[in-house]
Amino acid sequence: MSPRDRSGDDTMLLIDEVIDNPDRRIVVCCGSGGVGKTTMAASIGVRAAERGRRVVVLTIDPARRLAQALGLESLDNTPRPVSGILAESGGSLDAMMLDMKRTFDEVVEAHSTPEKAAQILANPFYQALSSSFAGTQEYMAMEKLGQLRRESEAEGRWDLIIVDTPPSRSALDFLDAPNRLSSFLDGRFIRLLMAPARIGSKVGMRMLGAGVAIATMTKVLGGDLLTDVQSFVAALDTMFGGFRERADRTYALLKDDETVFVVVAAPEQDAMREASFFVQRLGVDQMPLAGLIVNRMQRVQAPGLNSARALDGAERLESETPSRTARLSASLLRVHAEVAQLAERHLSVVQRFRVGHPGIPVAMVPAAARDVHDLADLREVGAALAGAASGVGVSVRS
Amino acid sequence: MTHVARAHPSTAPRLHVISGKGGTGKTTVACALAIALARQGKRVLLAEVEGRQGIASVLDVNPLAPEEQLVLTDPSGGEVYGIAVDAKAALLEYLKLFYRLGPAGTVLEKIGAIDFATTIAPGVRDLLLIGKIYEAVGRTQKVNKREVPVYDAVVLDAPPTGRIVRFMGVGEGVSDVARVGPIARQAASVNQMLTSQTTAVHLVTLLEEMPVQETIEAITELEGGGLRLGSIVVNLVRDHHVTSGHLRRVRARTDTLREALNGDLTLMGLPAGDAIVDGLIEEAVEHEERMELQEEQEAIIAAQDRPTIRVPHLPLGVSGGGLGVLADAIEEQGMTA
Repeated sequence: MSPRDRSGDDTMLLIDEVIDNPDRRIVVCCGSGGVGKTTMAASIGVRAAERGRRVVVLTIDPARRLAQALGLESLDNTPRPVSGILAESGGSLDAMMLDMKRTFDEVVEAHSTPEKAAQILANPFYQALSSSFAGTQEYMAMEKLGQLRRESEAEGRWDLIIVDTPPSRSALDFLDAPNRLSSFLDGRFIRLLMAPARIGSKVGMRMLGAGVAIATMTKVLGGDLLTDVQSFVAALDTMFGGFRERADRTYALLKDDETVFVVVAAPEQDAMREASFFVQRLGVDQMPLAGLIVNRMQRVQAPGLNSARALDGAERLESETPSRTARLSASLLRVHAEVAQLAERHLSVVQRFRVGHPGIPVAMVPAAARDVHDLADLREVGAALAGAASGVGVSVRS
Repeated sequence: MTHVARAHPSTAPRLHVISGKGGTGKTTVACALAIALARQGKRVLLAEVEGRQGIASVLDVNPLAPEEQLVLTDPSGGEVYGIAVDAKAALLEYLKLFYRLGPAGTVLEKIGAIDFATTIAPGVRDLLLIGKIYEAVGRTQKVNKREVPVYDAVVLDAPPTGRIVRFMGVGEGVSDVARVGPIARQAASVNQMLTSQTTAVHLVTLLEEMPVQETIEAITELEGGGLRLGSIVVNLVRDHHVTSGHLRRVRARTDTLREALNGDLTLMGLPAGDAIVDGLIEEAVEHEERMELQEEQEAIIAAQDRPTIRVPHLPLGVSGGGLGVLADAIEEQGMTA
C-alpha cells in the first residue's frame, strides 16, 4: 500500500519551487534542537546559490564541522563568501554566524549617544541580559535578519536570506522571545521601577500595593539587581519604543509574502510534536509556511519485503540451512528486517502528522551514515531535499 | 566482592541530572532510570523543567502538573512521582513560603514583576527551576521518629548540553547579577548541593560524531564547574548482523553472490529478483558502514574512561514495552547502584 492510499494526502514540499521563486526573499528554518536545522538551512543555501540565487545564510550556533563546511572559521558577525560554490548560473553564497552580544551592542550604539552607549554597555544587568538571557538569541537573530534585509535592499548583494533559528527550549521561542523582551523594555514594570516615588504619592492606596511589590522584589532579587536594572533603563531612555518598534517591524517582515517558514523535524514523537505546535502557531499568526522537512528518515532499498517476512525467512534459513549461502542470506534479511521496521515507524510518525495537518507539504530526507563534512555533503542533502533520494517514505507493508 | 562492605549509601547520588545533545533521547533515558529505581522499591521524583511535557508523552500519562503527583507504581512498592517544574509557580510558592505573600503576589503578577523575574532577569529563571529540585531533594519527613528524605531519588530531565552548565548555575550567571540578597544565598546553597556527592550528571549520547563531540566538551565544562559526572549513557546502540567474512563477499557484489541470494529468497518463498537482491546488499553495506562509524565513536567514548551505560537501539521505539528493555539495561549496568 502506498502512503497515498492510507491517508489520501501526500502533498510534497518541493524546495526548488520555493527557492526558484524570485518573490521569496526570506526562508526561516525552525524546529526543536538536534533535528538538523542548521544543516537544512545550509543545504538549502547551497542549492539556491547553485540555482542562481544570491544567498546569505545566517546560522546561529553551527556544529564545528558544519561551520568548516561553510568556511566559517570564526564567529565574527559578518557575512563571508563561501568558496567552492558552482557559480555557472550566476548565484553566490555568503554565510555568517550570529554573535548575539555584538549584535545587541551594535543596536545600543546605533540608538544612543556615545556616552549613553558606554554607560549601557558597562551595566552589569545589560551584560548579563545581552549574553545570557534565554530570549536574547532569538531577539538578536530577528534583529540581524532585519539588518540583512535592509542591506540586501540597499546594496542588492543578496536576493535570498536563509535564517537558522536558535536552539531554543521550544521552536515557538523564536516567535515569542523578541516580543517578551521588548514588552519588558518598554513595559509597565520598567515604568514602575523608574518612578517609585511618583506612584506612592499620586495614585494612593490602590497603587500602594505596587510599591510594596517593588519592595518585595528588591528584597528577593537583591537591591543591586534592581539598581542595575534602573540605571540600565535610565541610560536606555532614548531608545524606548525603539526596541518595540524594531521587533514589531521584523515580526511584520515574517508575515510578509516574501517570507516562508520551513519547519524541520526528525521522525520522532517529540520533534514531530514540536513541529505540530509550530505549524499550528504559524497558522494562527497567518505566517506563510512552505512545509515540513522530516530529516533522518530511514531509507528502504529493498521495498516489497516487510520486516515480519524477512525475519521469518532469516530464522528458517538459519535453522534449515538449505544452501551454502544460507547464513549470509539470513544476515542480510536480518539487516533488512531492522531497516524495514524503523522505516515503517518513521513513516507512521509522518502519516500521523499528515492526518493532523492535512495539506501541509512534506519533504523527507534520508538519514546519512556520516555527519556533514563539506560542501559536497551539503549539496547531497540539498538534492535529497529536492526529492532525489530514493527509498525514502516508501511503505514496506507488502 | 561479597565480603567487601557495600559502598556507603551517602556516596550514591540521590539527584540524577540527565543531559545530552538535543535529540539523543534524554527524556527516554530519564524515564527508564526512574522506572529502574522504582523497581528497587524506591520513591522517585521524575522532573522536567522545560515545559515540553516530554515525560508524559514517553510514559503515556496525562500532562504533568507543576505539583508532584504519582504517575507510576511498581509491585516492589516503588513509586514514581512526576512534576513539570514551572518557574512562575515556583516563584509564587517561594514568595508565599518565605514572605507570606498572598495578595501581594497578585500585584506582582499584574505589574509584570513576576514575568520579569521568571523570563527576563538573567539566571533567575534557571535558579527558580533548579531551586525547586533542590527543595525536593532536601525535603524530609518523620518516619519512626527519624527525619528521612521524602524521595529516595530525584531524576531530572535537564536542558541539553549546550545549556546545562548555565542551567546548573555553575558557570557565570546569577552571581553576576544578584550579588547579595536571598536569591544570591539560595544560589549558593543550590550550588553546594549540586557540587556535592548527592548529585551526578549523566550525559546521553548517540554514537555519532556531533553528539560525542558535545559530550566530551560537556564533561570538561561540567567538571570544570565542580560537578560530578555519573555515567555516559550511550543510546541507540546497534548490533552487527553481518560477519566480517560475509561482509567482504557482500561488498564484492559478485553475480555469483547475487544469484545465490536470489536462490535463497526463492527457496524461502520470499519475493526475489534483482531489485530486492541489490537492495538487500546495499542495505547491509550501509548498515555495516554505520557500524564502523559507531565503533570509531565508541572508541572515543571508551578513551574517556568513565562509567558507560550502553542502551540498545529499538527499531520499534519505546512504544510497545521498549522502556522496560531500557530500564533493564540501565539496572544491569549498574546505573542505579
